[in-house]
Amino acid sequence: MREITYAQAINEALREEMKRDQRVITLGEDIGGIGGNFGVTKGLQEEFGSQRVRDTPISEDAIVGLSLGAALVGMRPVAEIMFSTFLGCCMEEIVNQVTAIRYMSGGQCTIPMVIRTANSLGRSGAAQHSGRAEALIMHIPGIKVVIPATPYDAKGLLKTAIRDPNPVIFFEHAMAYYGVKGEVPEEEYTIPFGVADVKRQGKDLTIVAYSLMVRKALEAAEILAKDGINVEVIDPRTLVPLDMDTIIKSVKKTHRVIVASEECETAGVCAEISYRIVEAAFDELDAPIQRVATADVPVPFSPPLEKYMMAKTEDIVKAAKKLMA
Amino acid sequence: MTLDKNKHADFYKSMLRIRRFEETAIEAFSAGKIPGFIHSYIGEEAIASGVCGALEPGDLITGTHRGHGHCLAKGMRMDRMMAELYGKATGYNKGKGGSMHISDFSCGVLGCNGIVAGGIGLATGAAWGNQLQGNSRVVACFFGDGAMNRGSFHEAVNMASIWSLPVVYVVEANGWGISFSTRNAINLVDLSERAKAYGIPGVSVDGYDVMAVYEAAKAAIERARRGEGPSMVVCNAPRMRGHEEGDPQTYRPKDDIDKAKKNDPIKRYSEFLVAQSILSKDELKAIKQQVEEEVAQAIKFADESPYPNPEEALQDLFVEEK
Ligand SMILES: Cc1ncc(C[n+]2csc(CCOP(=O)(O)OP(=O)(O)O)c2C)c(N)n1
Repeated sequence: MREITYAQAINEALREEMKRDQRVITLGEDIGGIGGNFGVTKGLQEEFGSQRVRDTPISEDAIVGLSLGAALVGMRPVAEIMFSTFLGCCMEEIVNQVTAIRYMSGGQCTIPMVIRTANSLGRSGAAQHSGRAEALIMHIPGIKVVIPATPYDAKGLLKTAIRDPNPVIFFEHAMAYYGVKGEVPEEEYTIPFGVADVKRQGKDLTIVAYSLMVRKALEAAEILAKDGINVEVIDPRTLVPLDMDTIIKSVKKTHRVIVASEECETAGVCAEISYRIVEAAFDELDAPIQRVATADVPVPFSPPLEKYMMAKTEDIVKAAKKLMA
Repeated sequence: MTLDKNKHADFYKSMLRIRRFEETAIEAFSAGKIPGFIHSYIGEEAIASGVCGALEPGDLITGTHRGHGHCLAKGMRMDRMMAELYGKATGYNKGKGGSMHISDFSCGVLGCNGIVAGGIGLATGAAWGNQLQGNSRVVACFFGDGAMNRGSFHEAVNMASIWSLPVVYVVEANGWGISFSTRNAINLVDLSERAKAYGIPGVSVDGYDVMAVYEAAKAAIERARRGEGPSMVVCNAPRMRGHEEGDPQTYRPKDDIDKAKKNDPIKRYSEFLVAQSILSKDELKAIKQQVEEEVAQAIKFADESPYPNPEEALQDLFVEEK
């Protein structure tokens, strides 16, 4: 099967959905002229025109606010927010408008819109360009949270996101755009939300990981295999809805769990998943759940500083050894 | 502009519906029947009535926390609005919105909004959607003078301007943002000058004068419908009551309040209609009678309606699939 990059996979999903449905439009900073800061939307404006692929001023609040309004009158906007740290500049629209309007209206309207944005820890972006915002958004009822690790998942899940009648936030990863390649079939496919993917089968230990942490979990699994530790890696792929069944099934097999995320440790996705495991399968656990996440500080600039504070492959290996001891 | 008699009768009725709805809601609020808060539209009736009087049925609006007037002027029913204020199951939003968040999408009301300037982005986006669909719908976006200082205002108005979107920004300049006077919040005497900075037309009118509001709104709406882009209409209407019910207005000089009350837009308008022999006292009385019946019916409906089932709190979040 052919291999393409994560960026290419997203580009294909957008192109196919724009071809399939005239109502699909996309907007964001620099997305037309240069295909966005990361080149993900390259070629779309040439193909679909500047009306449907709309360059915007540097106005994150309006990008999301206008998407909401367009969705309310029947369009299917896909908004690009360049870095997930910039969600801070449109958080009002997400917290109080996009996620609230349907519920507050008593279900009168539908809001089929997608916000695409890039997490970007690990590239010396320092505190303002190294976002991981999935827990922030996951905390708000009324929006689905999608966070793919591979080109295959990114393409199939983005197509599903665009067809979903609800608000969806789609977290990409800047380190994955050109750093992660993978097999993607030529034929059309979609991936349903709420279905985790077992990225590696194992029996001794379960690692729940998503986004870039999947790659690190798989690296850790290879290292641990040399010590005879057989690791299972599960990628939930969507955090809302969250497929706990697949995770619990694995826990019942391995009885040991690591939950790994690039986020800050405190009040993050790891905490939520850990609680749900404890709630559903406390008796199955042979040891306390281990959390591998990033230190609770703003992200530092200098590479040795950043490397020290972020969740790494070694941290997963260390946690695994502790669990197996 | 000369308006026919029916148009005047419509304006009068619209303004009176709002006034009587608000007075009745305030009574019910004081009696403890309405939870939350009430920001009354009393004194601003001419704005929503004049603007909505210039809209076509398919056009859309967004309202504010002070939004009962917007809803009524656009044609929403009093009974289901009152029921929503009460938090009853028969309310427009099934009790999930309340006073600040009433909406009726089928009537073109994309919602009132509890966040100051919260409706500006979505109103502008609805205009963008309309433009892309090639229909001729216009969006009227209401907000207060206080909202002009939010960043959302700036971003959305600029976007509407560069994309020539069919939206009309209606500023309800009542002179206050809770206790902070607009004089101290914006260093302009004429707020419509702000429009210049965005490259769009802006006018200021007497917001107590329904005919002046109508005329300015009509020009702006027609311009938007012709595809010539957004405009700003600033309607100056000194606030007649407190920011919300129960506000003692200790921050405000008494003569400022008295002056506003003396200029009561409905009193002024009805005197004008009679003096100009446009409508007779009897005709006004007949309209009043209709409005009284509607209000009485609305209160009865709200009083008698059931509360929603508590479990409904968990519904309406996502569109159920399949
Ligand atoms: C973003 C935001 N900040 C503050 C408030 C609290 N608040 C509610 S109404 C109001 C005053 C708004 O003034 P204006 O926009 O002029 O409308 P008015 O109440 O005068 O009609 C404030 C500050 C809010 N609801 N939303």
